Amino acid sequence: MTQETQIVAALDAEGLSLKSVSLWNITLRRLRRRKSAMIGLAILGVLVLIALTAQWLAPYDPYAPLIGVEDVRVREAPCIHLFGCPQSKPQHILGIDGNVRDQFSRLLYGARLSLMIGFSTVTFAIAIGTVLGALSGYLGGWVDNVIMRLMDVLLAFPSLLLAIAIVTVLGPGLINALLAIGIVSIPAYARVVRASVLSVREMDYVSASRALGGSMTQILFRRVLPNALTPLIVQGTLGIATAILDAAALSFLGLGAQPPTPEWGSMLGAERNQVFTAPHLVFFPGVAIALTVLAFNLLGDGLRDALDPRLAHIS
Amino acid sequence: MPGGSKNMTTYLLRRLLSSIPVLLGILFVTFALGRWIPGDPCRAILGEKATDAVCDEFIRRHGLDQPIHVQFGYYIREVAQGDFGRSFRFSKPVNELIVERLPITIELSFSALFVSILIGIPLGVISAVRHNSWLDVLTMLWANIGVSMPVFWLGLMLAYVFALALKDTPFQLPPSGRLSPGILTVPFYEVWNLPVRQGTLLFGVLDFIGRMNILNALLSFNLEVLKDAVRHLILPSLALGTIPMALIARMTRSSMLEVLGQDYIRTARAKGLRQRVVIMKHAFRNALLPLVTVIGLSLGGLLGGAVLTETVFNLSGVGRILYDAITARDYGIVQAFTVVIAIFFVLLNLLVDLSYAYLDPRIRLD
Repeated sequence: MTQETQIVAALDAEGLSLKSVSLWNITLRRLRRRKSAMIGLAILGVLVLIALTAQWLAPYDPYAPLIGVEDVRVREAPCIHLFGCPQSKPQHILGIDGNVRDQFSRLLYGARLSLMIGFSTVTFAIAIGTVLGALSGYLGGWVDNVIMRLMDVLLAFPSLLLAIAIVTVLGPGLINALLAIGIVSIPAYARVVRASVLSVREMDYVSASRALGGSMTQILFRRVLPNALTPLIVQGTLGIATAILDAAALSFLGLGAQPPTPEWGSMLGAERNQVFTAPHLVFFPGVAIALTVLAFNLLGDGLRDALDPRLAHIS
Repeated sequence: MPGGSKNMTTYLLRRLLSSIPVLLGILFVTFALGRWIPGDPCRAILGEKATDAVCDEFIRRHGLDQPIHVQFGYYIREVAQGDFGRSFRFSKPVNELIVERLPITIELSFSALFVSILIGIPLGVISAVRHNSWLDVLTMLWANIGVSMPVFWLGLMLAYVFALALKDTPFQLPPSGRLSPGILTVPFYEVWNLPVRQGTLLFGVLDFIGRMNILNALLSFNLEVLKDAVRHLILPSLALGTIPMALIARMTRSSMLEVLGQDYIRTARAKGLRQRVVIMKHAFRNALLPLVTVIGLSLGGLLGGAVLTETVFNLSGVGRILYDAITARDYGIVQAFTVVIAIFFVLLNLLVDLSYAYLDPRIRLD
């Protein structure tokens, strides 16, 4: 037996194989060992499930007021039959909102919106940030200077404030809010990609690719950018958390999703003056936002540790 | 060390010069945003109620009939002179509004930072020293939840708990405003009988400081006002300070863990030094550096979060006025305050960088 087949046999005996030991497998294995990341992933799984099945899970229409449909009052407290609420009353486990709608149904639909917000803004920011960062790092010179100084300027603003200014100009609305949050998060990704590009630009395999006559896009996409994938995934996961928080904040201020859209931030904003009389209308949307953000934070932290073993012993 | 101070001066100059393009960029972005507003720029900036005569004057003054680069020149000149025009909604010059409102936001941001450092650092140190104990697990759990909570929600919940649920207990705290009704503050410069005339720059500065209730109460030795102002600031500071507190606790912990694993700590222990000395003198001082970075990174979030906290707690700072301006679509005010806060933020970051260079000589020698 050659040495190689011996190794394969030894690995087989342990239930491993040579082929499967890629970076992703290692990462997944490390991730699985991190309890907090698994909790994050579990919460996220439930949220995705809720988002996908909201129309079947929700007992009521999230938009339709229940006036004339059921005997419920505005901002009625939660009524759960299991916890002693009389059977004669209709069950609303998270209560009724200011427009006489079932809050639980609205909260379920909100999951759809929040996940959409997180993924779309981060995808937008990663797409633009990657192009800018790659050009900046690969071309260098004045292109690098102009792009990076522009990114510095965007970073010089407190991000929420810049987003507020942009939405004030564009006009309130969910799409504009998403655009604003997307724009303010571009610099983070541009920097990450630029750093990765710089670290491999002068490597032999990139020079070889260039010598073989590869075009710039080919070299960038095939040889250079795959190196930026790891930090981008980590930054992106944590970025979704920030994007969801910022979008909720804009909606809370009345700049994001507009009523009657069941968006958690705007649900909270609409009822914030009722916190002393109907705390359930403020409490539950906030818990939903916090749980979603927590899930992405836990997963992002776990991914970072899994992808960068040097950090593993610290956090 | 003469050499060290020379290095520091060079570093300071270099760092100051490098902020100039960033400041110009900030002005350019806010200027460009103002021109981006669809429709009539005058009514977009001054509000729908501006009359034709007012708009003509506005167009002439800002050179809106001139080429765009000339307009930008006008804008830079105005900002450099601290002239942000008049707000029609509040019927006073915008810079007067800035002097009125900004101190409130600064006071809130700094007290939140103070709270977060005061609680975050000890939590992080204890977590690191008692690594993997239940206290450590609890702290990290809290840190994870802390960075995930929306500021405005936490604010509302704190208000509910401390103003309603704990009503008539010693823990009751006011959920809105800066002072209780009936409590009056006298500016410290009046208590001191300082001969300053209104309208001068010195008066502006003193007025600015005097509007920070806690600082003013300290300067005028008014304990009653101090106590009341602090009581009003506890909930907003806790709400705003929770995210940086969580970040600081996490960073302190990981930075301490790294330092505690070093050889010189083992040496210090081997010498027979007491645990407290080892932790505070040998470990903590070296763990401080990454903390400065986290504090610097938190500042942006603090200033942005202050806007939300003020709307929740009815504090008449920058956040409150921004909120009103947004509802009225008064971009002039949004623009002015964004510029001022961004400049303030750049200066704060400069300060963070300088303290970094002061703490770590390698940075300024590089």
